[in-house]
Amino acid sequence: MKPYVAVLLLAAISPLRASVEDSVKSILAVEREGRGNEVASAAWQEIVKAGPCALPGILAAAGGGSEVADNWLRLAGDVIIENAVRDRKPVPLAELQSFLADTKHAASARLIAFDLIKLADSGAADVIEPTLIQDPVQALRRGAVQRLIDAAKNQTGDQKKAAYLSALAAVRDEDQTAVIAAELKSLGVEVDLPRHFGFVMKWDIIGPFDNAGRKGFDTAFPPEQEVKIDGAYPGKTAEVKWQRFESQDEYGKLDFNKPLGMQKEATAYAASTFFSETERDAELRLGCKNAWKVWLNGKLLFARDEYHRGQEIDQYKLKCRLNKGANVILVKCCQNEQKEEWTVEWEFKLRVCDSTGTAILSASK
Amino acid sequence: MKHAALALFTLGLTTFANDWPQFRGPDSTGVATGATIPEKPKIAWTAALPGRGLASPIIVGEKVFVTASSGPKQQHLHVICLDAQTGAKTWERRLQATGRTMTFAKTCVAACTPCSDGKRVFALWSSNDLAAFDLDGNLLWLRGLTADYPNASNSLGMASSPIVVGETVVVVIENDSESYSLGIDVRTGRNVWKLDRPKTANWTSPIPFRTDENARPSVVLQSNAGLLAVDPASGSRLWEYAEGASTISSSVAANGTIYAPSAGITALTPNANGSAPTQLWRAKQINPSTISPLVLDGLLFSVNSAGVISTADAKTGDNKWKLRLTGPFSASPVGAGKRVVFVNEKGLVQIVDFSNGDGAIAGDFQLPLNADTKELILGTPALTSGGVLIRTDSALWRLGE
Repeated sequence: MKPYVAVLLLAAISPLRASVEDSVKSILAVEREGRGNEVASAAWQEIVKAGPCALPGILAAAGGGSEVADNWLRLAGDVIIENAVRDRKPVPLAELQSFLADTKHAASARLIAFDLIKLADSGAADVIEPTLIQDPVQALRRGAVQRLIDAAKNQTGDQKKAAYLSALAAVRDEDQTAVIAAELKSLGVEVDLPRHFGFVMKWDIIGPFDNAGRKGFDTAFPPEQEVKIDGAYPGKTAEVKWQRFESQDEYGKLDFNKPLGMQKEATAYAASTFFSETERDAELRLGCKNAWKVWLNGKLLFARDEYHRGQEIDQYKLKCRLNKGANVILVKCCQNEQKEEWTVEWEFKLRVCDSTGTAILSASK
Repeated sequence: MKHAALALFTLGLTTFANDWPQFRGPDSTGVATGATIPEKPKIAWTAALPGRGLASPIIVGEKVFVTASSGPKQQHLHVICLDAQTGAKTWERRLQATGRTMTFAKTCVAACTPCSDGKRVFALWSSNDLAAFDLDGNLLWLRGLTADYPNASNSLGMASSPIVVGETVVVVIENDSESYSLGIDVRTGRNVWKLDRPKTANWTSPIPFRTDENARPSVVLQSNAGLLAVDPASGSRLWEYAEGASTISSSVAANGTIYAPSAGITALTPNANGSAPTQLWRAKQINPSTISPLVLDGLLFSVNSAGVISTADAKTGDNKWKLRLTGPFSASPVGAGKRVVFVNEKGLVQIVDFSNGDGAIAGDFQLPLNADTKELILGTPALTSGGVLIRTDSALWRLGE
């Protein structure tokens, strides 16, 4: 290309990029309840019209607003790639790959980058995917882990065991972990699942307090005022005291029916002190089919009053900030009045991890 | 034709006679006036789908729209547009769920049927993500209703299908916790109104209702408390029926009467003064189970999950004929003329013809379900002129004669 042509092209592209930057800002400005949608809608059209040169701006912006804003950007990127492929226009694959490789970028932006690469060139994505085995983004490493699992199935003996152990070191998703743990068990290797996931196993529990008419959920019983392990308080029918409870469940289930009896219309609390080596961001991930509240160091993280609709690991992801040293996790769990067989459960499972799902283990005191 | 077009324009509706613009089609009745249901159906085309779904397809002009969800947590949300004549994919859009994606295993995140005003498509998923596209796939706006209202979800999955009435998309996000219904501006995606609703899991869909074909439509919201009719433009209360109703099977309206799954089936006619509607009849013996009833040619059809059709005179509630089909059923029936389509969970399409008085099975057809994944038919079919559209977790079929 002759130098003056390149200069002319750059001159043409620069205003486009400036326009894309403004449009992307309009999308990042989308707020709750659709505020900003009108401006974002026009901006989305502008970004799509700009074509592949808008892709770097899309990726740079992703993760800088809400998850909803990320979807606006993702959809723009998809349409740009589809139009480019249809019209046989070049897609800046190298730029997308370079963006993906830089783990300092936002997780959602890198996920969009990988999906755009897949859309533009599935062969290139196939080559990249195995390299993401230690990626900090949980969703990005999943494909690489699956490749290890699939490969391990075809191996034998020590090689098979080594392959599954490699997969175990990388895996973060519960379904894949279950497959790997089962295979390793058949090969004579027991996987410490509570440690792998970071389930909190040792708790102090107290209850039952009342939950007649489901009013216990909004009643601040004494443990919400103070977590004093030697405290004793009036309970539902008698004085109640804190007692130690250690879960033996491989997925960290704390079943209140075991220490407190098969209660209905009851509220209980569980407290655990978690030691963090540093002050850091973390997630408390909860699975629970009863109404619940979770506090960290006295701060309410979230509360939910749904009963018996189902539970699973990582059902709720509560972002939090751990203090260096001791952190008190307090869980309130309410059982309601229902009598059906499927309403017996009064339990939860809670783990501490980072945003990728990697376990954070409590340090020694 | 001019008069019909004028009436549609007056009511703010731009869909046309052969469209199937929402769950259970025009006015959520399950009836396609201009359609012919094939007696001996066979596959006209098959389109592979990228993910699971029990949301019905909808039809706008020559385009079919269908949603799906995929990924290990069903976090990938898809809207697919297909050519109605060939099944060829015209476009597909993908987004990521911003709300919770946990559901009961039998259902999935793509449970809510999209809807259209003839110019736009509004797609809702169990994650409470709501997206509006024009018919060519250009994004118009997005909402993350769990981002807006963080406790709005159901761990069994949400399934209520939105409807569009005039300039308002009506969305029911009712559950045990943060329970509400919204009227959303079709152009901007912003709230026009928001109503707090009973804190109870609710999978029913709102329906439009007119006292007669020239009247302005209201919207009837259903819950365990009963029915609440609101003005779609303002959300203001018009009337209320407080004797309880199903939280799964949705009401149907025909000829100025609402047939509510309430104490069996209860037929109601609203009063102009806002008082509780007048009960025309109640048939306690008709159990609609999880399946929404249908009114066609003066007959009310209800099928229970085991596969027994019960019919009643729509005016009087008097029992008419019964017919045992091969069940079990999750999909609601749809009909045209003197024929009704029933599709059981195992993919057996049964065409019931009642031109001779009592109903009889005129024809049937076994859909080739994916045996490896043990997929089921849970979604209600859509009708188009001369064809039936049925989807499963892996494919969308158009059946023709």
